Amino acid sequence: MAGCGAPDEPPLVIAGKDRGALRLSATGRKAARLGLGPGLTLADAWARVPDLDVVEADPGADDRLLLRLAAACERYSPSVALDPPHGLVLDVTGCGHLFGGETALCARLGGDLKRAGVGARWAVAGTPDAARALARFGKSGIIAPGTDESAVRPLSIAALDAPPDTLLALRRAGLKTIGDLAGRPSAILSARFGEALAAKLRRTLGRETAPLTPLRPPPPVRVERHFPEPFLHMEQMESVLAGLIEAAACILEERGEGGRVFEASFFRSDGEARRVAVETGRPTRDAGAVLRLYRERFETLADPVDPGFGFDGIRLGVAACAPLGAAQVSLDGRAVEAAGLDGLVDRLVARLGRERVLRFAARDTHLPEAAFAMRPAADAAPEAIAWTQPPPDDPPARPVRIFDPPQRIEQVAALVPDGPPRRFRWRRVTHDVVRVEGPERIAPEWWRAGTDGVTRDYYRVEDSHGRRFWIFRAGIYRETADPGWFLHGLFA
Amino acid sequence: MDRSTRIKTLAALRTQLAGLDGRPVAGAGVRVALGAPAIDATLDGGLARGAVHEIYAARPADAAAAAGFTVGLAIRAAGEKPIVWVRQDFLDHEAGRVHPPGLADLGLDPGRVLLVRAKDIAALLRASGEALRCAALGAVLMEPWGVSPLLDLTTSRRLGLAAEESGVPALLLRVAADPAPSAAATRWRAAAAPSAPLEAGAPGHPAFDITLERRRGGAAGETWAVEWNRELGVFRERPALSGAVVSLPAGRPHRAGAPDGGLRRAG
Repeated sequence: MAGCGAPDEPPLVIAGKDRGALRLSATGRKAARLGLGPGLTLADAWARVPDLDVVEADPGADDRLLLRLAAACERYSPSVALDPPHGLVLDVTGCGHLFGGETALCARLGGDLKRAGVGARWAVAGTPDAARALARFGKSGIIAPGTDESAVRPLSIAALDAPPDTLLALRRAGLKTIGDLAGRPSAILSARFGEALAAKLRRTLGRETAPLTPLRPPPPVRVERHFPEPFLHMEQMESVLAGLIEAAACILEERGEGGRVFEASFFRSDGEARRVAVETGRPTRDAGAVLRLYRERFETLADPVDPGFGFDGIRLGVAACAPLGAAQVSLDGRAVEAAGLDGLVDRLVARLGRERVLRFAARDTHLPEAAFAMRPAADAAPEAIAWTQPPPDDPPARPVRIFDPPQRIEQVAALVPDGPPRRFRWRRVTHDVVRVEGPERIAPEWWRAGTDGVTRDYYRVEDSHGRRFWIFRAGIYRETADPGWFLHGLFA
Repeated sequence: MDRSTRIKTLAALRTQLAGLDGRPVAGAGVRVALGAPAIDATLDGGLARGAVHEIYAARPADAAAAAGFTVGLAIRAAGEKPIVWVRQDFLDHEAGRVHPPGLADLGLDPGRVLLVRAKDIAALLRASGEALRCAALGAVLMEPWGVSPLLDLTTSRRLGLAAEESGVPALLLRVAADPAPSAAATRWRAAAAPSAPLEAGAPGHPAFDITLERRRGGAAGETWAVEWNRELGVFRERPALSGAVVSLPAGRPHRAGAPDGGLRRAG
């Protein structure tokens, strides 16, 4: 990522605060030729080269760029790992043939990075550590399988990424290249410098390999297609996606599984990548249903999928799978009904979002505002508490509509202070109460932490027009001098 | 065989099967009786299942009564099947939230209700259209707020077609809106009515005055005084009230000039 300016421009250095001083964190090519390197304080650099173009370091922006590049690289391999501060490791095992061989893959990747304005060094080798050492300290290129050791041997021991004092000690002992170290017995090395160095050496030589920790674990089922020519139209994109979903459904069927989370990645020809995921309530491999979910999702994306200069690759990964047997329909068709409702929930969730498709759940409390909960219907249903029903032949005890928070009512007239109201005013209209039932006294739940309310006396009242209200007095006269009245709900 | 013939054949077969095991089944031609003989006679047996039915609150203050009447219709229509209730967000502040214990008290198990919250009328219509295509449902209850140019004849026709195909009734509850031309099978106007008092002057069972304002291909204009019976899950005609309370005239003017409405109109 070294910038190279025009010949007459001053050398570029990037400086940031490090160990109490402004130090160079990276330098341009021209600055490097003048002998400036990372770690030098800015004051020293100025002393050597007075005319410097200094840019403040922004590690956050570096990280973001690296993440974006990693996302763009996912088109070449599903398993991309970060190698901070500015490296990426791709596991391209079995990926080469999709692009016409590893050479072609590397050429395309190099072209992509160049277009993105990034100068990169790369190497392909048998283990991540060997490739990393070659990319940073050797020549870019592809190492033939099995020849890692001979390729790595001439490299400087700096490629082992060991602490500076270890490197210094090794150099003092006359061990300058990896090849010098490789000849020594491993036991002596680990006794003197620790097991970590010996292990790193073995991995760099390709004698053993360490597993990669990818940015995103590769999905268990994935299908993808790449195109020599990018295409621009959403319709084409949809038809490709439909084909991929069907292919994924076939794989899922063989595995006896269904997908819960589908992730489609759209790779643009200019190196950008966009991921769109849909979720289903229960495992599915119904290609039509998944495609419908995607259509809903595309329609409602706040930031639409932009083809830009065209897409040249699409990958569909099934990020979460669950066992799903062959479809079985019971005689009365009930299984079909349940599946129909789940499908509807999935479609509505894809269109409106999880928090807008809800189910009610009863809660075990007397407080009216806490007596029920609304949960996303896409979540698994927890154990249900039964809803209470009034005794037979009693009218509804709870209103069909509830206000949250309760609405204040004014000019409440009651015959006796603690008695039911005879008249009240709500939303600028006066209501004369002709029928009343109550009070139903609901006290705050002192046994729960954090409850500090007042006792409420609820009344079910009906006005002269036949409208029924649920109103309460907050507090009894013993507790407060001037209790307020509130309307909490409306009865049918 | 083309699509419509196939659907008709299927509907006929379903009806036949329903007759065999006594379970009501969705279908375009199936009717839902309200339970009150006089009303069902006027409706030729009840409300058509695969159709749109509009319920208007007579005045904004009758919104809760209209909601109660609509919930009653949904209970009648849905049987044991789930109900999708699509609501516009704005209603939460203006007309109050749906109160599941109150639904349980009307005889509707809240666990069977799927509440869909729509940001605006466009989202509400899209969600309802999606729900109406799902034949597994017992009813789709739509509750927009106020008037909108989106709620026009074309929209109601589209909803009607979706309902006809799946056999799921669409109940459109309108608050703070005047009737507009639509392709609904029936249009009702619901108002709160004084209930038959219980002991000690307590308010009684939910009571409504309902007017059948419009009916496709039939006479309309009649008003009934009904009461919702939770135990049987039916509407019953109310006997004339005796005593102190004077019942309001059934055919009272739809929009009085006086500021009677308890609900503000805002927005």
